[in-house]
Amino acid sequence: MKTKDSTMTERGFISIDGLSKHFGAVRAVDNVDLEIAQGEFFGLLGPSGCGKTTLLRMLGGFEVATAGEIHIDDEPMAAVPPNHRPVNMVFQNYAIFPHLNVFQNIAFGLRREKLGKPELEKRVDEALAMIRLEGYGARAAHELSGGQRQRVALARALIKKPKVLLLDEPLGALDKKLREQMQLELRELQKSLGITFVFVTHDQEEALTMSDRIAVMSDGHVLEQGSPAELYSHPNTRFVAEFLGAMNLFEAVVKGREADDYVVDAERLGQVRIAAPDGKFAPGERVSVGLRPENIKISLKDDSKSAASLAGTVSTAAYLGDRTHLYVRTAASEEPIIVGVQNLDGASGPGTEASSDVFLSWSPGTVLLLKH
Amino acid sequence: MTRRLTNNAGRWFGVYTIIYLLFIYIPVLLLPLFSFNDGLYVAFPMQGFTLRWWEEMVQQTGMHRALANSFQVALPVSFISTALGICSAKALTSQRLFGAKFMVGLFTLPLVIPFIILGIALLIAFNAIDVKLSLLTVGIGHVLICTPFALFVLMSRLESFDKSIEEAGRDLGETAWMTFWRVTFPIALPGVIASLLLTFTISFDEFLLAFFLTGNDSTLPIYIWSQLRFPIKLPGVLALGSAILVVTAILVFIAERLRRQSPKEAEAR
Repeated sequence: MKTKDSTMTERGFISIDGLSKHFGAVRAVDNVDLEIAQGEFFGLLGPSGCGKTTLLRMLGGFEVATAGEIHIDDEPMAAVPPNHRPVNMVFQNYAIFPHLNVFQNIAFGLRREKLGKPELEKRVDEALAMIRLEGYGARAAHELSGGQRQRVALARALIKKPKVLLLDEPLGALDKKLREQMQLELRELQKSLGITFVFVTHDQEEALTMSDRIAVMSDGHVLEQGSPAELYSHPNTRFVAEFLGAMNLFEAVVKGREADDYVVDAERLGQVRIAAPDGKFAPGERVSVGLRPENIKISLKDDSKSAASLAGTVSTAAYLGDRTHLYVRTAASEEPIIVGVQNLDGASGPGTEASSDVFLSWSPGTVLLLKH
Repeated sequence: MTRRLTNNAGRWFGVYTIIYLLFIYIPVLLLPLFSFNDGLYVAFPMQGFTLRWWEEMVQQTGMHRALANSFQVALPVSFISTALGICSAKALTSQRLFGAKFMVGLFTLPLVIPFIILGIALLIAFNAIDVKLSLLTVGIGHVLICTPFALFVLMSRLESFDKSIEEAGRDLGETAWMTFWRVTFPIALPGVIASLLLTFTISFDEFLLAFFLTGNDSTLPIYIWSQLRFPIKLPGVLALGSAILVVTAILVFIAERLRRQSPKEAEAR
C-alpha cells in the first residue's frame, strides 16, 4: 500500500500492531496495523459489521484484544482498564447519564480530581462555553435535543483532557443539516484543541469532510489508508473505490507491462493502458478498471481524437441539484455508465436529456486500476 | 353501525369492570365494616356501631409482640433479598454470561415449588443441621422465596437501560465499584424501592413457611391464625386485618408515588 510507506519506522502516537478480536469464530478485527499521529483527526470508515467499532472499543479498553498490541504515547495499553486510559469516548447514543443534569454530567469525570467548588464550577463553565451551551448547567438530561446531547457528551469527555478522543458514529443520530454543521464544528474544535481524534463512521462523505486521514475497513481488515483526496482519487482496491462515492467499474484482466504502464484487457472497453508502479499486479490477474463519473466528458460529436471514447445513449438523467448523473447505455458494459455533469445556472447543458445520443471520453490519467 | 357496536361493547365492558371490582373488593371491605359491628358474629343484620374491637386490638400485648416480630423478620428480609437480587440481576443482565437463561430459571425455581413442600424441606434441613427454630429460621425461609421476586423486579429495571451508560462511567475514570454506585444504582433506584416494598409485603404476609419454621415467637399471620380458634377473638382480628389493609394501601400508594416521581426528583437534585 502506498500510504504505508516503509520510511515510517517511528512509532505513531497511537500504534496498533497486529490487533485482532475474535468473537467465537467471527474475526471482528483481524490483524490490523495502524499508526496514528499526534493531533490527527483519524477516520475509521466502513460498512456496518466491518469491525471499526470493535477496533474503537479496543482503544477505549471496552474489549480485550485476542491478539496484538496497542500503544498510546508509547505506553502499552493491554493491562490498562478503561478508567485509567488516557482516552475518552463519545458513545454512539451519547450515553448521557439520565439521572444527572448537564452540569453533573460534565463534572462526572472530575470527582477524582477533588477540586474545590469554585474551581469545579469554573472548569464546567469553560466546558459549557466550549460547546456553546452557556447557562444550560441546570437542564435535565431528558430536556436536551439530539445536538445538545452530542455536545454534552463531547464536553464531558474533553473536560478530562484526554490524549485521544474516541467518537463512535458521533453524528449518526443527528439530522442532515445539523450533521453538516457539527462536522465543521468538530473539525474546528479538534484543530483548536490539538487533541488526537479517532472516529468511526459508515458515511463516506462524513469521513472525507472531517478526517486528516482515513482507514477504510472491510471484514475486520484495513484495506487502505490515506488522506481523503488520496483515497478518493487514487484508490487501490475496488471496495474502497466503490465505497467512496459513485464509480464506473469494468471487469478486466492484466495482460502485461509496457514502459510504466500496465496493459489490461477490459473486455468491451478494449485494451487499456494504465500507469501504475511495477509489481502491484501479476499478468493474468483479474482486476477492475474504474472511472469516476465526474472524470467522464460528454459531447454530441465524436470530436475526441483519443481511443478512449465511447458512443452511447442517455437512458436516465438523475438531477442532484449541483450536478446531474446521466446513465448512459454503451456497448462497453451491461450496466449503464454513470456520467457526472456539473449544473451551471441550474442546467446540465446539451445532450443531457434522456435518449440523447452522446459520445463519452476521458483522459487516460483518470482511469484507475483496482485490485479485487 | 360500527359505532353503535363499539358503544355497546363499551357499555358491557363497563358493567364487567364494575362486577370485577365488586368481586375483588366486597369481601375485603367486609373486614373494616364488621370490625365496627357491635356483635360477635359476622352476619347481617349488623348490631350497631362500636370501637370496642379496635380498643381490644390495641390493648392486646400478644398482638404487639407478633407485630414487632413480623417487622423484625420482614425488614431484614426485604433488604437482604433486594441486595441479593440486585447482585444477580446485575450479573445476569450486564455480562455475556454463559448459561444466563438457565440460571434465571434456577433462581426462580423456589417460586414454583409449593410453599408447603418448601416449608417441610426447610424444617427437615434445619433439624438435620441442628438449628433451633426461631425468627431467624423464618427469615432465612423468607429470603429464599423473596429473592426471586426481587430478581424479577430488578432485572426488568436493569435490562431496560443502555449499557453504554455504565461504560461511560468507566470511561470517565470511575472504577467498576464506583460506577455501580454513581450510575447503575441511582438509575435502578425506583426498581430497588419497588423490590424492597414487594419483598417486605411478601415476608410480612407469609404464613406457610412461617408456620413450619417459627419457634416460640410467632409472626403476625401466625398470631392471627392462632386467635381464630377463639370465637370471641374474631372481631378483634377483623380490626387488626383492617388496620393492616389501610397500612398496606398507604405503602403501595407511597411506592407508586415514589416510582413516578423518581425522574423528576433526579432532575431537582
